[in-house]
Amino acid sequence: MASASLTRSQTPVDRGSDRLPVGTSRLRPPVPAERHHANEDLVLDEEGVRWAVGRLAEEILASPRDGTGLAFVGIHRRGVVLAERVLAACNRAEGGRDIVSGTLDISLYRDDFDNLGTIPTLRASEIPFDPTGRRVVLFDDVLFTGRTVRAAIDALMDFGRPARIQLAVLVDRGNRELPIQADQAGLNLDTERTDHVWVNFRETDPREGVFVVRGLVAPPP
Amino acid sequence: MTPRKDLLDIGSLTPEEIQFILDSAGPAKEVFHRPVKQAPRLRGKTVLLLFYEPSTRTSTSFEVAAKRLSADVINFPVATSSVQKGETVLDTVETLEAMKVDYIVVRHQRSGIPDLIARNTRASVINAGDGAHAHPTQALLDAFTLSEVWQGQWTGKRVLVVGDLLHSRVARSTSAALHALGVKVGILGPGSLVPDYAPGHLERFRSWEEAWDWNPDVVYLLRIQKERQSEEFFPSLKEYHRVYGLTEERLRDVESRGTWLMHPGPINRGVEMVDRASQYERSLINRQVENGVATRMAVLYWLRPLGAALERGGGEP
Repeated sequence: MASASLTRSQTPVDRGSDRLPVGTSRLRPPVPAERHHANEDLVLDEEGVRWAVGRLAEEILASPRDGTGLAFVGIHRRGVVLAERVLAACNRAEGGRDIVSGTLDISLYRDDFDNLGTIPTLRASEIPFDPTGRRVVLFDDVLFTGRTVRAAIDALMDFGRPARIQLAVLVDRGNRELPIQADQAGLNLDTERTDHVWVNFRETDPREGVFVVRGLVAPPP
Repeated sequence: MTPRKDLLDIGSLTPEEIQFILDSAGPAKEVFHRPVKQAPRLRGKTVLLLFYEPSTRTSTSFEVAAKRLSADVINFPVATSSVQKGETVLDTVETLEAMKVDYIVVRHQRSGIPDLIARNTRASVINAGDGAHAHPTQALLDAFTLSEVWQGQWTGKRVLVVGDLLHSRVARSTSAALHALGVKVGILGPGSLVPDYAPGHLERFRSWEEAWDWNPDVVYLLRIQKERQSEEFFPSLKEYHRVYGLTEERLRDVESRGTWLMHPGPINRGVEMVDRASQYERSLINRQVENGVATRMAVLYWLRPLGAALERGGGEP
């Protein structure tokens, strides 16, 4: 179970729901850095992200393998970055060498096209292996309503029939609209629907960290 | 990119919108290589093919593209329909509207018909060729093909368009798209066929010799529109081939220069080009066909009919 135990003075609350057995040691929790903007909270800084990635890798490797091949599939765009980082962490660890990987773009599988203000540019999905019979771990940066993951499951099933699909996210912010759960989460946040949570990675953004802005009507640029 | 309702011509698209289609067409191709060659983007939507002018390649290309996005495709059989009894275009459209069609792909011998239909239906209308006016999806697939060849580097590139420019909607749309992307376009055709109202940014050549001096990177051969010409603009097809066609000799020039070769199809062998040209290793003609499906998928992916959100009972449109 990977819930960050932040100091009590932080707004995000540790939800503490144990979905997996606690089998690994708890490392030092992340210490948030100074604020970037007046109404923005940095809830996980670069070091904290590194810590969370390490935890995800540990927990994925700790769960029983039962003979099936393991595959990491990142959901575009930032899930891909997360999957790459966790894969690199796994490759450095014992027993983490034979993991195949791929990427999924869910644009063609969304359920909200009729209401979207902007149509996202299509990206290619790359699944250079047969998912049939494998344990596939899907990666995304933030788990919110669960609709992206639903779309990703449908997309993945068009490539084959995995033995198991699991979900690893950097941040689980609650407010699910579908019965979907993360098997591993780097950070649990208690949020309202009107809050905005986003993850920045240096590969895709000018800075790195997990940010929350409370109660905005429109997402910040 | 904000969705539009219709795609009627290239001129109404911004360069950013053109780039969006090109960027989305590559990934759309990836669907061709999956075990399940389909994605649910248009599941439950109906795409109607309304071809008043005959076409196999374009209508089939649209049909495949729509089906890859899980749409229901209906091919409206104009030749055997009430259109032959004199039903007007707008009456036909009213009937289709009542059947709640979501997308209409139109090809018509008269310019402006797709626009007329678009203004009288909630469905998204895609112009598949109207008279001598426009053929936007051809232009987009041509641009996409070249973006693959040039990795999206357009500056300094030169495309020579050869043929019957007066009657060619392909020439109009493709040169407009390439110009919007920063490509220099030159045109070569019999004097009487080069319209005086051709846009000023096109380089005009009177002969292949002049055109070769300009060093084009691509030679784009247009079809001789035998079915669309009411007057004879040149004495015979043989004469056209001799003066403006890609003869054996000019093909050797193309080969030695490594110029890319394009043609929208179908080829009039022995007229626009000699037979052997289709075997040329830098011919992009087959690639254009493959890219046609991907480009049309990107267009269908992007457009949005009116009232889509309201019908679903979703939130604000």
